[in-house]
Amino acid sequence: MGALSCRHVLSMSDLSVDDIDLVLETATPFKEVNERAIKKTPTLRGLTVVNFFLEASTRTRTSFEIAAKRLSADAINFGGSASATAKGESLVDTAQTLDAMNCDLVVIRHRYAGSPFILTQNMRAHVINGGDGKHQHPTQALLDLYTIRERFGAVKGLRVGVVGDIAHSRVCGSLVWGLTALGAQVVLVAPPTLLPACPKLLACPATPGEPETAPVTVSSRLDDVLPELDVVYMLRIQMERIEQAPFPSLREYAQLFGINRRRLAAMKPEAIIMHPGPVNRGVELTSDAVDTARNLLLYQVNAGVAVRMALMYLLLGGEDDGFAS
Amino acid sequence: MDAGSTTGRETGARVLMDEAALNRALARITHEILEANKGAEGIALIGVITRGDLLAAKLARLIEEIEGVKVPVGSLDISLYRDDVTLRTSTPPYKTNIPFSLDGKVVILVDDILFTGRTVRAALYALMDFGRPASIQLAVIVDRGHRELPVRADYVGKNIPSSSDEQIRLFLKETDARNSVELWRRRPGERIGAAPLDAVTVRVVASSVADEEDGEDSAAPACGTTDTEQGR
Repeated sequence: MGALSCRHVLSMSDLSVDDIDLVLETATPFKEVNERAIKKTPTLRGLTVVNFFLEASTRTRTSFEIAAKRLSADAINFGGSASATAKGESLVDTAQTLDAMNCDLVVIRHRYAGSPFILTQNMRAHVINGGDGKHQHPTQALLDLYTIRERFGAVKGLRVGVVGDIAHSRVCGSLVWGLTALGAQVVLVAPPTLLPACPKLLACPATPGEPETAPVTVSSRLDDVLPELDVVYMLRIQMERIEQAPFPSLREYAQLFGINRRRLAAMKPEAIIMHPGPVNRGVELTSDAVDTARNLLLYQVNAGVAVRMALMYLLLGGEDDGFAS
Repeated sequence: MDAGSTTGRETGARVLMDEAALNRALARITHEILEANKGAEGIALIGVITRGDLLAAKLARLIEEIEGVKVPVGSLDISLYRDDVTLRTSTPPYKTNIPFSLDGKVVILVDDILFTGRTVRAALYALMDFGRPASIQLAVIVDRGHRELPVRADYVGKNIPSSSDEQIRLFLKETDARNSVELWRRRPGERIGAAPLDAVTVRVVASSVADEEDGEDSAAPACGTTDTEQGR
């Protein structure tokens, strides 16, 4: 008990099932902190958290910044056109610069997969991946798992449909690993043009000696699988990552793979809708589906701050490694 | 009632307060609280997790029996206010639960063992984030000395002078299947920290010299509640 098995969180595969449980369990007391009148504790006083975001982001960057500030760490945001990256500074040089300023934790979002790993090789700080290309977005998966667990009590045995742009989604890359690691059954629902070549590789492989986890299945017909799902996880259609037209029109996609009033009625009564945000209203979800009480998007955002506080607490409050103190 | 009672033999630890002594101490503390504050008006009990929250609930029951007044009870986790968060392996915090305002209240902060005073320091800082109490008073079951900060208790169950390589622990039926305060000896070099709730591979200590000569000192005493103070 008590400590994560990893120094950095770059991918869900860095976290063991015990680590995932620890993060989710640790997040609960932080939710309480977020409900106080004075939403701040002195826990990480004197530590410096850098949010290095080279892609657009509202909720992830704000969420990390709020999490750091509520733990009394000093949070610095930079990225985009205001950073030296815009002048052509390499990632390695940026990492070494931040290292020279004695940062304790860097959260990075970058359009290229593997960028967070480059940071870990060039600085002493802990690194959290805030989304790298089409690869991973582990804190999103952790907050999704927290939300599912809070609603259903456990993740094991649930049937979760992940709908949409499987091929380009880093959210999906992390989420499917996390869901299968905790024993959920996952159905990927997408047009074949939005599926990766080998969707089964998204799952967390069973540990040797343990029983096989339920396999990830694939369907291209949402209406066939919808009535059996406990969780309907809608991925955003990421026009910025899609190079060729994978479907004839957004309107056709919305009709075949979007949640509308008719599909809401077809869902199990206790089933929930989740979405990593931001929502393309009228594409993944019609306004009916966005505004229904079974859409937990805002619960996800709420859990996000607590989960990120938990992760910072566990990484920076871990065993003394001679630096962070 | 002291060294070598039944519980002591079972655990190998020396019992400093048995169940009856614990109950007497709680009853006396209750009366002292009511006397000092001229009744239960405006009082709120806040227990420091773990064990202090259980003690606070017991004190609340005793106050209700004596005065017929229900006082609000809360529990406080101080993990996020420790002064050594980055120096030790972190443990998951527990959920603080203070479902009422502390503004203007006389807060009785309840803890099990008063040792270095660092837990109390952290608890005082934490309480201030929940409002502005009229005053804060401190109740503990055992004061074992070795203060590192200028902290004193207003209500003390028992003063037990101790050596700093000893552990003094409160066990409660709710979590440990017995009510007692026991003395354990720490292995050389071992650090004491906040202990997990789940009990207990017990062994150790001082009551029997023969035990020590058995050379079984390797048995792990890392359980129950320890002094709840931060690492020394």
